[in-house]
Amino acid sequence: MPTYNLTINGKPQTIEATADMPLLWALRDELDMVGTKYGCGIGQCGACTVHVNGNATRSCQLQVSQLEGKEITTIEGLSEDGSHPVQKAWKEVDVPQCGYCQAGQIMTASAFLDKNPNPSEQEIKNAMHGNICRCAAYNRIQQAVAIAAENKSV
Amino acid sequence: MSTLIPSKFSRRSFLRTSSLTSGGMLIGFNFFTACKDTAVMPVDISKLNYNDFNAFIKIADNGMVTIFSPNPEIGQGVKTSMPMIIAEELEVPWEHVHVAQGVLDTENYVRQVAGGSQSIRFGWDALRQTGATARQMLVNAAATKWKVDPSTCTAKKGIITNSKGETLGYGDVVKEAAGMEVPENVALKDPKEYTLIGTDVGNVDIDKIITGKPLFGLDYKAEGMVYAAVLRPPAFGQTLVSYDETAAKATPGVIDVIKIGSKAQEMMTKEDVNWTVKLAQSEKVVVLAKNTWAAMQGKKAINAVWEQSTTPESTALHQQKLLDLLNGNKFKTLRKDGDIKKAFSKADKVIERTYESPFLPHNCMEPMNFYANVTDEKIHLVGPVQTPADAAATVAAMLGRDMADVRLEMTRMGGGFGRRLYGDFVYEAAEISDTIKKPIKMVSSREDDMTTGVYRPAITYRISASIKDGEITGYHLKEAAINGNMYGLIPNFFPAGAIENYQVDAASYDSSITTGAWRAPYTNFLAFAEQNFIDELAHELDKDPVALRLALLQKVKGSTDDRIQYSPERMEDVIHLAVEKSGYQTPKEGVYQGFCAYYCHNTHVAEVADVVMENNTPVIKKITVAVDCGIVVNPLGALNQVEGGVVDGVGHAMYGDFKFNDSTPASNNYDGYRLIRNGEAPKVETHFVKNTLSPTGLGEPTLPPAGAAIAIAIQKATGNRLYKQPFVSNMKAKNILG
Repeated sequence: MPTYNLTINGKPQTIEATADMPLLWALRDELDMVGTKYGCGIGQCGACTVHVNGNATRSCQLQVSQLEGKEITTIEGLSEDGSHPVQKAWKEVDVPQCGYCQAGQIMTASAFLDKNPNPSEQEIKNAMHGNICRCAAYNRIQQAVAIAAENKSV
Repeated sequence: MSTLIPSKFSRRSFLRTSSLTSGGMLIGFNFFTACKDTAVMPVDISKLNYNDFNAFIKIADNGMVTIFSPNPEIGQGVKTSMPMIIAEELEVPWEHVHVAQGVLDTENYVRQVAGGSQSIRFGWDALRQTGATARQMLVNAAATKWKVDPSTCTAKKGIITNSKGETLGYGDVVKEAAGMEVPENVALKDPKEYTLIGTDVGNVDIDKIITGKPLFGLDYKAEGMVYAAVLRPPAFGQTLVSYDETAAKATPGVIDVIKIGSKAQEMMTKEDVNWTVKLAQSEKVVVLAKNTWAAMQGKKAINAVWEQSTTPESTALHQQKLLDLLNGNKFKTLRKDGDIKKAFSKADKVIERTYESPFLPHNCMEPMNFYANVTDEKIHLVGPVQTPADAAATVAAMLGRDMADVRLEMTRMGGGFGRRLYGDFVYEAAEISDTIKKPIKMVSSREDDMTTGVYRPAITYRISASIKDGEITGYHLKEAAINGNMYGLIPNFFPAGAIENYQVDAASYDSSITTGAWRAPYTNFLAFAEQNFIDELAHELDKDPVALRLALLQKVKGSTDDRIQYSPERMEDVIHLAVEKSGYQTPKEGVYQGFCAYYCHNTHVAEVADVVMENNTPVIKKITVAVDCGIVVNPLGALNQVEGGVVDGVGHAMYGDFKFNDSTPASNNYDGYRLIRNGEAPKVETHFVKNTLSPTGLGEPTLPPAGAAIAIAIQKATGNRLYKQPFVSNMKAKNILG
């Protein structure tokens, strides 16, 4: 089986996998980084969102063979201790119900705020539209993104 | 004033204590039932014995408290709110409390089920009494040390103070307290004295959730574990004829391909079988692999032949069968007051409307999965299930093993909504591990989850009412549902008791498609039908819809009919609160408001939806919610439940559609099945009725009214009255935005 050298959360990682293995499963099953969640496997729900070169991307749609030389960030690497402004806002608002989709929500929100630090309410809704929360904690997700934006710009 | 609760059990026997060898005091207790005489309290914290106790509280000798939360957490917040109740009575600061998931269950784990919005309601008395008893034992121990009367001592924030102002921390007296007799007639706090209940407490798992730590069943791993993907029949009523595993076995990472189903089938021949075994009984092909991806790929490579053993069913067939039932006479009568026929024959006018709903999948974000390791010595099961006790007992019976061999650990659950009440995936996992004698993790794909579900069945309601001299004289509700009918107390919900001639009839069509509980069973659609009908009746009578409801409630007051479930007074409270907070009597220009009031799951809720027209499209802007769930234990968590329930209700009423062709679901993932998304969610503004009544559940009751509130608002905005869900498929304006 081929091996691939990836850079994940700033650290080099070697994975032995088939070329078509999605990053999602390489992270979860091979590297024991289970914060990135499986929800649909077809890029529709956003639970598996990671950053690739700073862009929010669905890890279920990325094959390990496409990723050498790219900077991959997962929820485990967003901050060392949960201190990223988006994580802090999530805690302040107490967003989660079941909590399963939240890592993906946080990864989408953090990449979005890097590009648009002062979003409008409508821009937040649009940016978060691709991430399904089955518990429907959408009001709080919007609120937390707005708070994170405020705290970030201070 | 303190309250003494009337107890169903003797205090002496529902709670036991021990002194831990590692230091500290351990309290074990049971909900509803006395501890067995033979029940032995462990003295080693790693050997918590859930055979005899529901839950444990450990008070360490540094005063720190660990509560082993007894109820499965599916996102409804009980892992936070139930320990809050213990901590309140125990008089311990929340910062000193650590909450751990109750590890496992066995035969005596009475209410270790998440479902029916009942966790808080059932736990309220037992949790308070346990906390209060433990507090009293600590106080008694301190009083003994000081040689004073315990009544001269007080406990606050983990510190006991005597009349001289001397203090002892809980940790200082745990050793003595553990050896003391369990006191009787312990006084509970007056709700007015609460310092923790009623305050905002964040989710106890928040740090793990936001940093991506392993928490869920899908995250669980064990040494030597292999991954299992299960190929189930592609259509309901199909059975396996043969399969070719060659290509699957050639898939990189695949270890083996096996067949399961015989254990479940064998079990179905026995008596008193848990019916959920039926869900796992068909023969299936299992691909075992080194990782989830390989297992899923291997499964796709299986070439299987299936045979249909039942009549193929389609959505068109279901709709026809349900209408036939409504038009027929195969009803059983669930409640009958007065004489409907007479009222209808004497009426000035009879109104009749029919309401239709589709099947719905649960779509928990975390697909069904379970870990199983079956060895000759033990059966170890780990994962997300709402009914751990049933699942463990069924696995033991299926594999012909002793209950004592089974250890079931619950993980946090990525949603439940009713799906995880059924343990079919636990039985499958156990049978796979039993067959290959290795630890395995069964993982369903989204497609497996959506197409082999236990669905909310399609239901139709036909409601008719008679009007005579401007009054409603008769009300007739007919239900035609798939695989069963509304149960228990639902026929005694509003407007039972408010209309002299009242009848509820139900008929069922037997389908081979598996169906079951889905968040707020039956009421999730009945509320829409009934409240939409009441709104139409108000229009017919030229009465204000709120005034009509209040007039109907007036007739129930003082009723001696003890079958009536709702309280007219509490319903009035939520109606008035919703009217006041939503500005219902004085709507803003261009805002169309839909009003709904409903009772289910012991909780009264009123909702007002605000809809505006933008570019000829109705947009749901806001839902104002008034809730009476008694004492709100954790407002921060409670608000989250309300917001989620309402938006979930809006989403499924608007978009939820699940069709069948040839007994096969027509959609299998989120590209073909629409769930509500962020930009479509209205703002939810919640107001709680303030009272000191015992708390009732919140996981379900705010969902049912949402569909009615928005339908009524959309009717006002567009003139288009909705009778069928999902609304997007059944109205002129296709693009409705939140």
